[in-house]
Amino acid sequence: MSTTIEAPRSPYSRAPRSRGVNWEKWGWMYMRASGLVLVVLIFGHLIVNLVLGDGIKAIDFAFVGGKWSNPFWQVWDCLMLWLAMIHGANGMRTLVNDYASHRTTRGILKGALLFSVIVLITLGTLVIFTFDPCPAGAPADLLASFCSAS
Amino acid sequence: MSRTETGTHAPGSLAPTGKRPQGTLYRGREGMWSWVLHRITGIAIFFFLLVHILDTALVRVAPEAYNAVMSTYKNPIMGLGETALVGAIAFHAYNGIRIILIDFWTKGPKYQKVMFYVVIGLWVVTMAGFVPRHLINVFSEMGH
Ligand code: HEM
Ligand code: HEM
Repeated sequence: MSTTIEAPRSPYSRAPRSRGVNWEKWGWMYMRASGLVLVVLIFGHLIVNLVLGDGIKAIDFAFVGGKWSNPFWQVWDCLMLWLAMIHGANGMRTLVNDYASHRTTRGILKGALLFSVIVLITLGTLVIFTFDPCPAGAPADLLASFCSAS
Repeated sequence: MSRTETGTHAPGSLAPTGKRPQGTLYRGREGMWSWVLHRITGIAIFFFLLVHILDTALVRVAPEAYNAVMSTYKNPIMGLGETALVGAIAFHAYNGIRIILIDFWTKGPKYQKVMFYVVIGLWVVTMAGFVPRHLINVFSEMGH
């Protein structure tokens, strides 16, 4: 039986994928699309929270109460949470693929990434939408000024 | 620029030389260092975000709990940490746009080196605007 040896430097080829979604391609597209949106969301977040007004000095419970009583900032933060967590975790998956040489290690690390993304996205989303800016019984001087208005 | 001429190009230029094949965007010089920095900043931001979501979640525990943790962030050491974080974000964001241009703009690969210096320039301008403003906020807190 004779073996055929391809001519050196002939172009790489393999059977074309016949079915199934090309997940790596969509992951690659996601990194770029989410990156563009995140530029706006994160720069906006940093300007409002760190630069305008008194910057970081102004951040306390009442500050968050003022922002999250407005649906605009709730949606803003929720989008930023989902896009950044998935972008970051998918980027970390690339790093695991690059540096973890053992199959089991890769599996454990990617499992840990998936787990932390699911837990933190769930937690963050619940926090945004179950947040109460004026919790009963809390000292009024810690709350936003509109809490004592009524 | 003649393609057959070898050895006359600066190392790191895209033109082929006798020692290096053509088209290695990611080996040596600007292409490689931008990639290294993009990687390191991406990891740093990811771990910051994990902690950041947990500390923000304290608003659901009690106003006192959230304020207690926030007050530990308002000292000069953390102020420097926040400055580093903003520096990392600014680089990752600008260089991310550079990567997108390399991938989708037909002239992107040709100008990748120029774009790297544009990224550095924009980063310097951003930090020159941000750092004084932030450090004044942080250090004026100390008197309280
Ligand atoms: C500010 C807007 C951002 C832009 C424009 C951006 C853009 C990008 C791009 C284009 C890539 C390359 C993906 C690839 O090579 O396939 C990337 C990778 C990455 N990004 Fe971002 N990103 C942004 C924000 C973030 C945030 C908030 C995080 C963390 C939560 C993050 C973490 C990462 C990581 C870990 C990688 C993988 C690095 C590597 O493979 O070397 N990025 N980013
Ligand atoms: C030192 C810089 C930063 C400060 C002082 C800061 C401050 C805050 C504050 C006060 C909140 C509460 C809600 C609000 O004000 O909108 C918040 C929420 C949030 N921040 Fe930041 N932030 C910083 C950097 C970042 C960065 C770099 C990212 C993205 C990678 C980010 C992502 C988020 C997200 C996703 C939430 C919502 C968390 C949740 O759903 O529980 N922040 N941040």
